[in-house]
Amino acid sequence: MFGKLTWDAIPFHEPIPLITSIVVLLAVAAIAAWITRNRWWSYLWDEYITSTDHKKIGIMYIVLGLVMLVRGFADAIMMRAQQSLAIGASQGYLPPEHYNQIFSAHGTIMIFFVAMPLVIGFMNFVVPLQLGVRDVAFPTMNNVSFWLTASGALLVNLSLFIGEFARTGWLAFPPLSEKAFSPGVGVDYYLVALQVSGVGTLLTGVNFVTTILKIRAPGMSYLRMPVFCWTALASNLLIIAAFPVLTATLALLMLDRYLGFHFFTNDGGGNSMLYMNLIWVWGHPEVYILVLPAFGIYSEVVSTFSGKPLFGYRSMVFATLAICIISFMVWLHHFFTMGAGADVNAVFGIASMIIGVPTGVKIYNWLFTMYGGRVRFTVPMHYAIGFMLTFVIGGLTGVLLAIPPVDFIVHNSLFLVAHFHQVIIGGVVFAIMAAYTYWFPKAFGFTLDERLGKAVFWCWFIGFHLAFMPLYVLGFWGATRRMQHIPDASWAPWLNVAFVGAAIIGLGIALTVVQLLYSIKTRDQRIDITGDPWDGRTLEWLTLSPPPHYNFAVLPDVHGEEAYWTRKQTAIKQDQLIKEPDYQPIEMPLNTPTGVIVAFFASVCGFAVIWYIWWLAILGLVGAFAVMVWYAWRDEHEHIIPIEEVRANARERRRIRMEHLHNLSQSV
Amino acid sequence: MRRIAIAAVVSLLTACNRGILDPVGPVGQAEKTILINSTAIMLAIIIPTVIATVAFAWWFRRGNAKATYRPDWEYSGAIEMVVWSIPALTIMLLGGIAWIGSHDLEPSKPLPSSKPPLKVDVVSLDWKWLFIYPDQGIASVNQLVVPAGTPVSFRLTSATVWNSFFVPQMGTMIYTMPRMTTRLNLQADRPGTYDGLSSHFSGDGFPGMQFKVQALPEDQFAMWAQGSRGQGPALDGAAYAELSRPSSYVKPMTYGSVAPNLYDAIVANTGPQLHLPQIAPPKRQASAVPAGG
Repeated sequence: MFGKLTWDAIPFHEPIPLITSIVVLLAVAAIAAWITRNRWWSYLWDEYITSTDHKKIGIMYIVLGLVMLVRGFADAIMMRAQQSLAIGASQGYLPPEHYNQIFSAHGTIMIFFVAMPLVIGFMNFVVPLQLGVRDVAFPTMNNVSFWLTASGALLVNLSLFIGEFARTGWLAFPPLSEKAFSPGVGVDYYLVALQVSGVGTLLTGVNFVTTILKIRAPGMSYLRMPVFCWTALASNLLIIAAFPVLTATLALLMLDRYLGFHFFTNDGGGNSMLYMNLIWVWGHPEVYILVLPAFGIYSEVVSTFSGKPLFGYRSMVFATLAICIISFMVWLHHFFTMGAGADVNAVFGIASMIIGVPTGVKIYNWLFTMYGGRVRFTVPMHYAIGFMLTFVIGGLTGVLLAIPPVDFIVHNSLFLVAHFHQVIIGGVVFAIMAAYTYWFPKAFGFTLDERLGKAVFWCWFIGFHLAFMPLYVLGFWGATRRMQHIPDASWAPWLNVAFVGAAIIGLGIALTVVQLLYSIKTRDQRIDITGDPWDGRTLEWLTLSPPPHYNFAVLPDVHGEEAYWTRKQTAIKQDQLIKEPDYQPIEMPLNTPTGVIVAFFASVCGFAVIWYIWWLAILGLVGAFAVMVWYAWRDEHEHIIPIEEVRANARERRRIRMEHLHNLSQSV
Repeated sequence: MRRIAIAAVVSLLTACNRGILDPVGPVGQAEKTILINSTAIMLAIIIPTVIATVAFAWWFRRGNAKATYRPDWEYSGAIEMVVWSIPALTIMLLGGIAWIGSHDLEPSKPLPSSKPPLKVDVVSLDWKWLFIYPDQGIASVNQLVVPAGTPVSFRLTSATVWNSFFVPQMGTMIYTMPRMTTRLNLQADRPGTYDGLSSHFSGDGFPGMQFKVQALPEDQFAMWAQGSRGQGPALDGAAYAELSRPSSYVKPMTYGSVAPNLYDAIVANTGPQLHLPQIAPPKRQASAVPAGG
């Protein structure tokens, strides 16, 4: 009846997961009670959960990513603590079976359920606004994408309470991840969670490529799109090309595990090297799926806060596309030590280095964007400069790893761990923090507290370097990754420094929460009525903060590369706005519970597959499919926003903007 | 503060006689040289870039009245030319290093030497290392003994899941994979004891897969090999089945004889249930020890 699921699956006898489970459940219950007491459920249901508004969906992605960041960080600090304690004769406080779950969960969560939702969240929020349009191409699918991602996150976290998570690392290499060596449900949790969220990500890719290619404001030609939109396009093209590979690879491993196939097994003609190739055919582009939008964010931030257009815009676009294409030709550099031979290694090594060229060009273009500017050291600009300083070192160590004979001595070492954290924290996380500060006022109509924001930045910047520079050194000493126990007592000082660094990052995360709460409490002091708090250059700053559901009363006419900046300067010069356009009623998509219901059934189905409860799995699958069919057959798709409402809102916005621009023109 | 930190890092890096920065053989030495040269080449452009980032940001800060504001300056063909050329030229240089280095240091390539290489077959087990010396007819667990100054030619496989064979001070690591053989050639010129490990995660006992490499002067190595032969237990089918049971932090030990073709049998089979040929007394006793031993 319940497959493999018995009471033994609950970790009653293991204090750490048990206490964590209880605390998390209590926290969830407390939040639910608080929402109930304030009668916010219907608001949440109407405004967020069932919303097809790209901005609301973006915000939900970002909230999911930030919550999961806390989970992923908890794993990180536990690992650092274990490595500081389990040295020499001591075995620390985590036995291997627990420690191995933690590092596997840390990697899986940080990539799939922190970095991806955050990056996708910002693309959701920003791209349609920057393109000057009302929504993405497929608003309901967008909602489904989010809920499938959330469903994957739920399954991963469920493994904490029921059963166990994978102990095989974040990529679950076979044969270790095969049934013969990992008979438990851990790898199944991993596989099923990623399959479910992978569908969501693929749908996002389809959605955004369609949006960017087909739906742009009049006059917004490709070479007038903001660089963030270009990087979003490149990133989503990579999603479309790479995520099916992930789905197929994980499906093959599932066939091995569930139906006794032999794709990657030791016997029956299986070949585990195939998995290594396939997973990295997805895995390497994945890095660029994350970092390209980050580059887009830095481009927006550096240009805005230098008060200048981005230097070498076309060069940037070309560099972005070059990275997009080359990133598919380098996957083998993740396993030079497999013995593929000198020619193969050399070709992939050189291909990997070539990516350094367009990336280097980007750094120089940001540098020359600052040149001749008026640089404002706001919080996002702190992250941008911090990124430029630390990313070049990450790039250096990356090129070193791309040289096969160097990789032969640092592969899989803590040097590698330091390298990829340097590019992911220094590149992606800094960008996310910059974007969070930069676009927060657009989403909520008030800015975040600047002083606390800078404190958070310094925590991340100092904490990161303390946490990971020692790992480079240990890598030179021959320290490898994923060690539950440290054999060499002389590593202790460096590991302790790394622990302190991680704790400082933890302080930064805590201060982010404090900053948010404090900023909400004192929001009246930093309210932004103009919709343009940073003197922005792209179209999202044209509309109100927060923008109405339909974003723009009339789609803006775009002339030139900097759509909003040009328009703003003309208005300031002439001390008047463009002529009031003809307002029309606006059709907007209806809210729909499709996404959340589909994701509910997908979660049920996934959970049932993990525990071999086949009747429930079929029920979940049929349920999810039926909801889609039901959705496809409905009659009403859109609602009309009456012209009076559009006009009234637009006039109000014009009045505010006129006042704002008039003040600006006076001050010039 | 920063200067102190850098000084501390430099002193710790140079003072320590260990890891990949203190190679004891030609492979590790060549790899360290490439590591340092490539780092130096890249630092030559990275340090100016870092300085320029800080300098530009500071000089062009909003409050600086002396800086010229050029709000529309967004393109310069000459600068574009330079910013594409600098990384491109650097990568061409490093690409050349990578190409030559990959070929020179290809793990399967025999090392140039006047001496015939010592053959060692390596098997990673859950969770320990088995070293078989086919020419000496002996085997050891978690302890690799090699003659200093003589190339060692490894064949490597795994009995269960993937691992990676790595002796940081000797250089190149390589995966051990079940049912497959990888090849590796290393040499330790300086006699001494060096740490070895698995550098590819392989399950719960993984951190206990440390082993020691002893590089002995040639005559001492020959004495060790001779002394070990026939001493201690024999590595036959039963002993191998016992050894392949999962265990970790296993104490080094030596087998006085090895079933013939054990390595090939491990590559051909999977799991502990090996179908070994009938155990015969080691055949190669006489011809084994390298000349000069």
